Amino acid sequence: MALEAKNVYFRYDRKQPWVLEDCNIKVEKGERLAIFAPSGYGKSTLAMLLSGYIKPVRGDVLLDGKPLPKKGVCPVQLIYQHPEKAINPRWRLRRVLEESGRIDENVIRAFGIETAWLDRYPRELSGGELQRFCVARALMSGADYLICDEISTMLDVITQAQIWKVLLEEADKRNMGIIAVTHNRHLADRIATRTIDLSL
Amino acid sequence: MQNNTKQPSYGRQLYKRSNKKPLNRINYLNNRKRAVILTTSLTIIFVIVYVAGMLISEDAVSGSFLNAKIAPCFKYPFGTDALGRNVFLRTLKGLSVSITVGIAASAISAVIAVLVGVAAAAGSRWLDAVINWIIDLVMSVPHTILIILISFCLGRGMKGLLVGIAATHWCSLARVIRGEVLQLRSQQYIAVSRRLGKSSGWIFVNHILPHLVPQFFVGLVLMFPHAILHEASISFLGFGLPPEQPAIGIILAESMRYLSTGMWWTAVLPGITLVLIVLLVDKLGDNIKMILDPYRAQE
Amino acid sequence: MEQKKDTLLEIHNLSVSFSMYGHGFERTNLKVISDLHLTVHPGEIVAIAGSSGSGKSLLASAILGILPDNAVVEGHLHYKGQELTPDLQKKLCGKEIALVPQSVAYLDPLMKVGAQVDGHCRPKPVQKRRKLFERLQLPDNTPRLYPFQLSGGMARRVLVSTALITDAELIIADEPTPGMSLYQALEALKMFREMADEGKAVVLITHDIDLAVEFADRVAVFYAGTTVETAPVSDFKAGVDALRHPYSKALWRALPQNGFEPVPGFQPYAGNLPRGCLFAPRCPYRTAECERQVPPVRELRGGEVRCYHGT
Repeated sequence: MALEAKNVYFRYDRKQPWVLEDCNIKVEKGERLAIFAPSGYGKSTLAMLLSGYIKPVRGDVLLDGKPLPKKGVCPVQLIYQHPEKAINPRWRLRRVLEESGRIDENVIRAFGIETAWLDRYPRELSGGELQRFCVARALMSGADYLICDEISTMLDVITQAQIWKVLLEEADKRNMGIIAVTHNRHLADRIATRTIDLSL
Repeated sequence: MQNNTKQPSYGRQLYKRSNKKPLNRINYLNNRKRAVILTTSLTIIFVIVYVAGMLISEDAVSGSFLNAKIAPCFKYPFGTDALGRNVFLRTLKGLSVSITVGIAASAISAVIAVLVGVAAAAGSRWLDAVINWIIDLVMSVPHTILIILISFCLGRGMKGLLVGIAATHWCSLARVIRGEVLQLRSQQYIAVSRRLGKSSGWIFVNHILPHLVPQFFVGLVLMFPHAILHEASISFLGFGLPPEQPAIGIILAESMRYLSTGMWWTAVLPGITLVLIVLLVDKLGDNIKMILDPYRAQE
Repeated sequence: MEQKKDTLLEIHNLSVSFSMYGHGFERTNLKVISDLHLTVHPGEIVAIAGSSGSGKSLLASAILGILPDNAVVEGHLHYKGQELTPDLQKKLCGKEIALVPQSVAYLDPLMKVGAQVDGHCRPKPVQKRRKLFERLQLPDNTPRLYPFQLSGGMARRVLVSTALITDAELIIADEPTPGMSLYQALEALKMFREMADEGKAVVLITHDIDLAVEFADRVAVFYAGTTVETAPVSDFKAGVDALRHPYSKALWRALPQNGFEPVPGFQPYAGNLPRGCLFAPRCPYRTAECERQVPPVRELRGGEVRCYHGT
């Protein structure tokens, strides 16, 4: 049971240099891996590759030895840095959560999402609150792996600690695999069982 | 420049750093309220003109030579023409015909625009290229000539005119819709939706379509003045509606013959009425845009 | 109120509100910045640290006088002891006060980067620009590029150089470092430091507390549109007991390197702010007094704090 990137090469265009060259990463279920690197090391690209948003030019992204499924709910879910972009601005937040398939009251409660928020529009909530919805949506989809691409970079440290606490608890409960991409070394040390430093 | 809501702690008047009107006056009748009131009243005027025109009977616009060539007066606000017909009633009736043509043509055009725009943005690359080429082609030919050509081919009349106008006015809206869909398709929440197992059809109906509704309505309303002006000008030139139809273009064309005899009213007054209706709808479009457009909604 | 001669920028009771449309026709006033205090002395870097969306960028806009039309500003802004009126703002903007904007959207898309960085300086500071670009590792052809050809990190560095090339006394840097590599970010901040050492001043607006603590002389902690505490940077390094405001302490404790322990609750909304202290609903030390009235700013151990119970 593992999610892995095998000899992955990626570039956005033939004329451009490789963003990732011969990249190998493997994370087991139940493991928490932090990928630490300063900006400009292709971290976000790696996150998108691992969750199947883009396809590698060469190499494979494998889930339990097989390629990621093309149809249905993807067992690898990506959470973005900017929650306001990952939520349809014209939807009420209840609908945002419902998109994941089913509403899990326990997750809602764990994140401190108030019932009144569910009837609001995204612009009426702050970034920290919206990010809770994004994480909750990913958890409710029943994913086995979460890729967290700088999910708390834009938030204040208190909200960061709040969200990570719930996220780690839930991940433990469900024995999920987590890949956290971050440029904050302290955060990487705090949340992960294993850290990869791409800048070395 | 004074503010008496709160006394500052250090004994000086708070300096209000704004050259805007005081807020309480804005609250009294804010822009959004004004826009909605304006939109409603413009719509009401528009509907009244349309319904009044429809209700005028054929008899009322038939003339008698006893009353021919009367200058504007209380009984005949726009005077009468050389055949003794009431120009005011004829103008109203003509307007409602023009409005029918305008609404029908711009509605058809807007629907074409949405279909084409979505097809271009969501379809394959060659389809997009073909559609863009067609849009460039249609836009590069002057509308009037194209409408005359189409109308003539279809035997003039209402049908030819409708098809002609509808076939020429969808281009710019189609471009807007295409751009909008392209931009929406690259949104992160669409990508998330896909990874949550939603099909393309589901995403289109639930995520993309609602975003296009305002564009569609604004495009529709702003297309209408073009359509109505084209209708009038094509009819004026004799390629549109038949001469027995009381359309604005026909009224203007007829009046030309008598202009040199000093009957200015049969040309000027219907012309001004047409311009007023066009301005009214244009204003209506601007207001709807202001209410629906999220970027301007706070003005 | 006596103006201290040695302050460059002094902000008193600054409030910024927006009139916004809610549902239907309601037009409400959203107070985004409320009763903010801040002083900047020559020769120092003051960091304003707070979460994104808490109104920090608006503070920069307010100082420069470039707020949108539906904003209303109240309070006092003083620059070198002079009231900073809209006219004075226009005169000083880009000459004595320079902004490092937050996004590429602030660049003119139809103007080449070189000309844009030179700005209105005459004679053209080509030599200085070359040196700046070199230090920020911008490639040689950068001046000939248009803004859309820049990558995110390059754009940031160009934005930083637009401010550094002026002889501004005061630079307001709004999130200048994201997207830069570590080396470039350090270099940019080093240049800010050099400027400050020449007797100029920098206001560094950032959401990254670690960065603020690393480079600033003083840190102003921003919460729900106001500064709750201004403290010398050494207090942040010393730890939780050296800090004054309960929110700063909570921030310190929530840092991944010191406990990662969050306090419960959420930052209140503009438009729905508590009547008294803004932090009161989440504060473990709150009393009836805190909920009744906004605490005044008071000086405490070489810093400023807006709390009745600050220690």
